Amino acid sequence: METQQQKQLVLILARAFASSLSTPTLLADARGYLVFYNEAAEAVVGRRFSETGEMPFDEWVAAFEPRTSDAVPIPPEQRPPRIAFDERRPSHAQYVVTSADGLEREIEVSAFPLFAHTDEFVGIIVIFWRS
Amino acid sequence: MQVKIWGCRGSVATPGPHTTKYGGNTSCVEVLLDDETALVLDAGTGIRALGLDLIERDTRQIRLFLTHLHLDHLEGLRFFAPLWDENVALEIWGPRSPVVSLRDRILRSFSPPLFPLDFRDVPARITFHDLPGEPWLGEGIALHSDLVLHPGPTVGFRLEAGGSSVAYLPDHEPALAGIDARAPDWISAGALARDADFVLHDAQYSEAEYEAKIGWGHSSVAHAVEFTRAVGARRLVLFHHEPEHSDRVLEQLEERACELTEDDREPPLLAREGMVIELD
Repeated sequence: METQQQKQLVLILARAFASSLSTPTLLADARGYLVFYNEAAEAVVGRRFSETGEMPFDEWVAAFEPRTSDAVPIPPEQRPPRIAFDERRPSHAQYVVTSADGLEREIEVSAFPLFAHTDEFVGIIVIFWRS
Repeated sequence: MQVKIWGCRGSVATPGPHTTKYGGNTSCVEVLLDDETALVLDAGTGIRALGLDLIERDTRQIRLFLTHLHLDHLEGLRFFAPLWDENVALEIWGPRSPVVSLRDRILRSFSPPLFPLDFRDVPARITFHDLPGEPWLGEGIALHSDLVLHPGPTVGFRLEAGGSSVAYLPDHEPALAGIDARAPDWISAGALARDADFVLHDAQYSEAEYEAKIGWGHSSVAHAVEFTRAVGARRLVLFHHEPEHSDRVLEQLEERACELTEDDREPPLLAREGMVIELD
């Protein structure tokens, strides 16, 4: 049985939850791969998830050049998704990105880890709030 | 490998003249292997008759795998005759909970005031085990388990032996997170049932009944058919029958399942007590 291919149930439920939200929401798995974002997020990033496919989350985020309002680049380890992933804790921040359509957008980002069991980290949820 | 059904009713046992053909006992399935160990899936009321049969067969080594601890999957355990034989060794495997051990959860229903006897009085040698993340390997058999979509910690099983496979998903509502247009790895229990020879799957409701019971953790017949198709399983066995459904209603649902199944696929079957599924 190809158990490695199966998405963990918490991720499946999170995807169903995200699919129902009008708030841009992204999911990354325990490998740190972006595995899904919803239609609301597609509107922000200007690209459908089916066109993007699964890829390392940091790599995907880098394309949007996250920076402070003073145009100072924010390194990955200071971004909420990386904090949620590495430190297994919730994180929130405000930054500026350039979306796929070339527009500069101010967004707030909340990220938190998902645990199926207390010792079983399965990924993170990232939510974008448009300022 | 043979799979024998001792109980396939959902929610609550339903004895009576309207359920004589398919049976009224709640979930219990025996996996018949070549060795002398009994392998049992779930402990609904069907396990009572199985227990008597195991005593007759003089089976002393029993492994019980529980999908979850809702009462219709546990209520027969207290009346499982091998428990009262000091020569019996019973392993009970179940999904782990983040809060309470498997033993403590089971004991809640096995002590006063819910039951007159205390678990400490049971003479059989019983051990409790959390289901492992990796496959459980027995004599010539592999049992995979994974969390599936149903309220509370619930797993489904996949059994593989000699190139054959059967998936056991008695309580499962994959439609809640989506089946249509999903890759199998994004479908609850997709890997457990993928390309299986048989899928014993929750089919508790008609399509109309399901509309009023979304989120209760069970499937319509249509969703069971859709799930089977999506994961590429060979044949669906409709399981976990709604207590309100008579034999006649169940046969109407079987007809509906056949209508929904493409002509080039094997038609679905209704699970019934005493049914034996033969696997090569």
